[in-house]
Amino acid sequence: MATAAAHETDRTAAYGTDDGATDAYERAFDAAVAADERIEPRDWMPDAYRATLVRQIAQHAHSEIIGMQPEANWITRAPSLRRKAILMAKVQDEAGHGLYLYSAAETLGTSREELLDKLHSGRQKYSSIFNYPTLTWADVGAIGWLVDGAAITNQVPLCRCSYGPYARAMVRICKEESFHQRQGYELLLALSRGTPEQHAMAQDAVDRWWWPSLMMFGPPDDESQHSAQSMAWKIKRHSNDELRQRFVDICVPQAESLGLTLPDPDLRWNEERGHHDFGPIDWTEFWEVLKGNGPCNEQRITQRRQAHDEGAWVREAAAAHAAKRAARGPLTTETTGATRA
Amino acid sequence: MTNTDWPLWEVFVRSRRGLSHTHAGSLHAPDAEFALRNARDLYTRRGEGVSIWVVPSSAITASSPDEKDPFFEPSADKPYRHPTFYEIPEGVKHL
Repeated sequence: MATAAAHETDRTAAYGTDDGATDAYERAFDAAVAADERIEPRDWMPDAYRATLVRQIAQHAHSEIIGMQPEANWITRAPSLRRKAILMAKVQDEAGHGLYLYSAAETLGTSREELLDKLHSGRQKYSSIFNYPTLTWADVGAIGWLVDGAAITNQVPLCRCSYGPYARAMVRICKEESFHQRQGYELLLALSRGTPEQHAMAQDAVDRWWWPSLMMFGPPDDESQHSAQSMAWKIKRHSNDELRQRFVDICVPQAESLGLTLPDPDLRWNEERGHHDFGPIDWTEFWEVLKGNGPCNEQRITQRRQAHDEGAWVREAAAAHAAKRAARGPLTTETTGATRA
Repeated sequence: MTNTDWPLWEVFVRSRRGLSHTHAGSLHAPDAEFALRNARDLYTRRGEGVSIWVVPSSAITASSPDEKDPFFEPSADKPYRHPTFYEIPEGVKHL
């Protein structure tokens, strides 16, 4: 991966502002996308393609690290050491996923600091799903099964995204998400098969998370402003409605195996379509949460800013330590304990 | 002083003995020691590696994508470098 700075320098030097040259590069870009080749950081790309990727990857990265909060809420109250260890591993994975994605975004010429600054100031978004609260332990299960399940449905096609670094990050993430979904399902199953109170708790969590999970696929196709262009660029491979339908079809039999119901009276198999029909989604709620009026918007961003500010001394100390070590001379393998091979 | 002062490092992981190190991704760290520790936490949480290299991204020299054609051209017109270029009578073994 090229550094952002190196990338910018290359671009200016190589392409200048010659329109004729840009046309040739645009044709090469279009041909690469058409041939299903990957675009790599130092390739020429249309400014709008770059901007779309930065927006999407940044939003994705932010979602991963904001998503740590609702689950971390339950670490200290996990019902067993086994569940606690699993939850800690999962929350740590979310941090890792955020870092893979921030790195991918940085190959497009943006910086880590700029991305965090835009998250903290509300200029870039994260997934609305994380603005809902985790009220009970069962919510940890519902997030794993439904929220991570929806994320996987969205993310598997992104492994073939036309932008190389994003696709590679998604391959790594998808491998790890599978554990997230299965631990959630197992958790809900344990509750569903437990006492009547535990079963009710699991059902309540599914009732609250089902509709917001369906909203995770974004607005309906005819109202989705970026979809058509993203699909032409092969950033996106399937439409929002297509992925949402796929998710519903996957979840229905899984809910049956759990012994839980999905809170939709209109949900039924449609023989003709070969898919499940489902009831209307409350898009007013979706837009309200997106605008910042969800139950936890304020809390999530405040906590994120606080974590960043309170971690400043650690970053400063590490940088000061590094500067001191550097002044003493180059670090050798003896001091790190690392060997070359 | 902020995170931007932390340079970018490229991480290479040897997944098991006998294989070469492969590029896994990149990360920010204040120095080589932290880069190694961060790389362990970020890229080997599930036993993906037995050895890690970290290299400052600024130390990598890359061929430019614009030189692609002329730069790699010399190898394009030399099919005789491939074993399939040669016709060998049928039945000749171990060749």
